[in-house]
Amino acid sequence: MPPRKLVTGFLLAAGSLAGSVLVRRRAARKRERVDLYAEDGSMHSFGEGTPEADRLLPIAHELLS
Amino acid sequence: MDATQAIGDLTEISPQVRHVVVIGPDGAPAGSNMRDDAAAARLADGAKRLVEAAGALRPDVAQLEAATLAGSVFVVRDGERLIAATTTPEPTVGLVFYDLKTCLRSIEEPPPAAKPARRRPPAKKQADDAAS
Repeated sequence: MPPRKLVTGFLLAAGSLAGSVLVRRRAARKRERVDLYAEDGSMHSFGEGTPEADRLLPIAHELLS
Repeated sequence: MDATQAIGDLTEISPQVRHVVVIGPDGAPAGSNMRDDAAAARLADGAKRLVEAAGALRPDVAQLEAATLAGSVFVVRDGERLIAATTTPEPTVGLVFYDLKTCLRSIEEPPPAAKPARRRPPAKKQADDAAS
């Protein structure tokens, strides 16, 4: 295989990988969640659908409506 | 600094913040940037419910963010006082927490109820000292 085709194929693969990572990150950021920060600096994150988030998210929705 | 001025400074430096309410140790709103007192009371009540529900999950919660597609609700506790804020969607979380803490700490706490002055014990007479 000529080296030019190899480089093109590599660039295409790298580009599509980077694109999929970006799309996944954006999608993850758009999920609803609740983050609880303790006094010792630790943090627990509860995504939508978890029982913890289901208790707190309705209150947030109410305040933002 | 009073609550109104501190909240004014906060909303000026942090355009992501929409509504803010400071909740005093008695649980009542101590300051807000909302024109409607009932709306400020509603935000204060909701913030207290969030802290209560979060406390049931983790007893040592100092601050929280509830992120929704419509925006986020932040609550920060400092001692017995709370500050709650609503923001635009996808805010800069660390910055909002920092600004809320700075705002809450810049607000002077109301002075505690005056206590009766303690009486100083009578000073020993110098004559006693001289005799010994």
